[in-house]
Amino acid sequence: MQIKTVFAGFGGQGVLMMGYSLAHAAMNEGLHVTYLPSYGAEVRGGTANCTVAVSDEEIASPVASQPDFIIAMNGPSLMAFQTRIAPGGAFFLNSSIIEGRPNRTDVSLFEIPAAGIASDLGSPRVQNVVMMGAYVKATRLVSADTYLKSLKSILGGRKKAAMEINRKAFAAGYDTID
Amino acid sequence: MDKTLISGNWACGEAAIRAGCRFYAGYPITPQNELTEYMAEHMRQAEGGTFIQAESEIAAVNMVLGASAAGARAMTSSSSPGISLKQEGISALAADELPAVVVNMMRGGPGLGNILPSQGDYFQATRGGGHGDYRTIVLAPSSVQELADLTMDAFDLADAYRNPVMILGDGMTGQMMEPVVFGKPRPRHYSEKYVLKGSGEGKSRFIRALILDALRMEEHNWKLVRKYTVIAQKEVRFETFRTGNAKLVIIAYGIAARIAKGAINRLRDSGYKVGLIRPITLWPFPAQIIRDTAERIGKFLVFEMSTGQMLEDVQLALEGRARVSFYGRPGGVVPTPAELAKAIVQEYQR
Repeated sequence: MQIKTVFAGFGGQGVLMMGYSLAHAAMNEGLHVTYLPSYGAEVRGGTANCTVAVSDEEIASPVASQPDFIIAMNGPSLMAFQTRIAPGGAFFLNSSIIEGRPNRTDVSLFEIPAAGIASDLGSPRVQNVVMMGAYVKATRLVSADTYLKSLKSILGGRKKAAMEINRKAFAAGYDTID
Repeated sequence: MDKTLISGNWACGEAAIRAGCRFYAGYPITPQNELTEYMAEHMRQAEGGTFIQAESEIAAVNMVLGASAAGARAMTSSSSPGISLKQEGISALAADELPAVVVNMMRGGPGLGNILPSQGDYFQATRGGGHGDYRTIVLAPSSVQELADLTMDAFDLADAYRNPVMILGDGMTGQMMEPVVFGKPRPRHYSEKYVLKGSGEGKSRFIRALILDALRMEEHNWKLVRKYTVIAQKEVRFETFRTGNAKLVIIAYGIAARIAKGAINRLRDSGYKVGLIRPITLWPFPAQIIRDTAERIGKFLVFEMSTGQMLEDVQLALEGRARVSFYGRPGGVVPTPAELAKAIVQEYQR
């Protein structure tokens, strides 16, 4: 088993945090994992993305030429990555703000209104964790329990309320998947 | 054992501090900036630690030279164009027989090139890099864990041979995160007699590389060569992977070796008998294992993210004993295991 996921969106949507938290959870499940951020001549307010590879054996390349899953948090990310997704893979779209839909018919599509759910929870910032709830439920790469433990350790000493809203966000996203 | 999810650049910094590095000087350049960043934050928390953002790469390496002469475990880091600038200092470190660790997270070149992962600095790293007859020990990690381990070893090797040691990574090794278990700090074995700290009552000491008398300069050169001969005998490191019944062996180092392993696993599944020799020390180069392997295997394929540099060391090792082909992607392109597998099959079937 080797699964590669690309997380992409605007800078500020918590895209790198999504990948980092998945990588952390995968590590805690004893899996092999690599996390590769996009880096370089980036611009403020531009797009950000990262790639996470999870496997039960040594990972050859941390790069994903054909990601199995793509989490698109904004429209430009969908446009940028839709040609690259592996046949049989799945898109997770932040459907509250993405109007377009993939032009691929050989992949699954999860439309998650992550931004809307986060706003309803009173904290637009947690849209990334809403999406992670849906992602964790749909992919079963890591357990919800492990993911939340990892999230807690990443948030570390921050105030309890932060973990509470993130826990709610995760649960709300988790419940969007049957 | 606690695992930490950490980037290569940070892991390198953490391992250096654990190894007792207490002087770091650097100058920013992508893709190794996070190493400088880590040192800025953590060197001041380490007892007796000094961090300096120097005014240039050349200043940074010469500060390291000074700190090393004064007895500190010292390190500098940069990426390709910055490492070119440091060569004068590396040559001086070798001439002065001073230990130091120099990290190069290679990027696309020549010139300023780009900031993407590449392996174009192999010649520069393994042939000394600066002027004069000297060598640096070169360690090439292929994972973040190995980068952390080799960083700790690098300080011990630098002390043992009083010679600069280079860690040769690339943009990928520096940027990617992987789980790491850090090694325990080890005590330093470095004689006080090499340290400049004021002569006091005793005899004054000099460390200098300016030797105007030809015969004395020559003697110094041969002295260094004797040291390099010992290093070449004792410090070669490599890994072999699935070479058992192989008909073709790939030779690759660093991140390229990981891609090669991915390609090999695929090909083995479809019945191709292929394996890998991965040099971990690039100098001294593991020539003997390649020669030995050639006694039973007739085909080698060198794979590098360059136009073919280590290729020459493989050819020198084989001295025509086996067929050697090459596959490379320079300039910051990271090929996929599938792409490499295609190239391997072509050579395999030839």
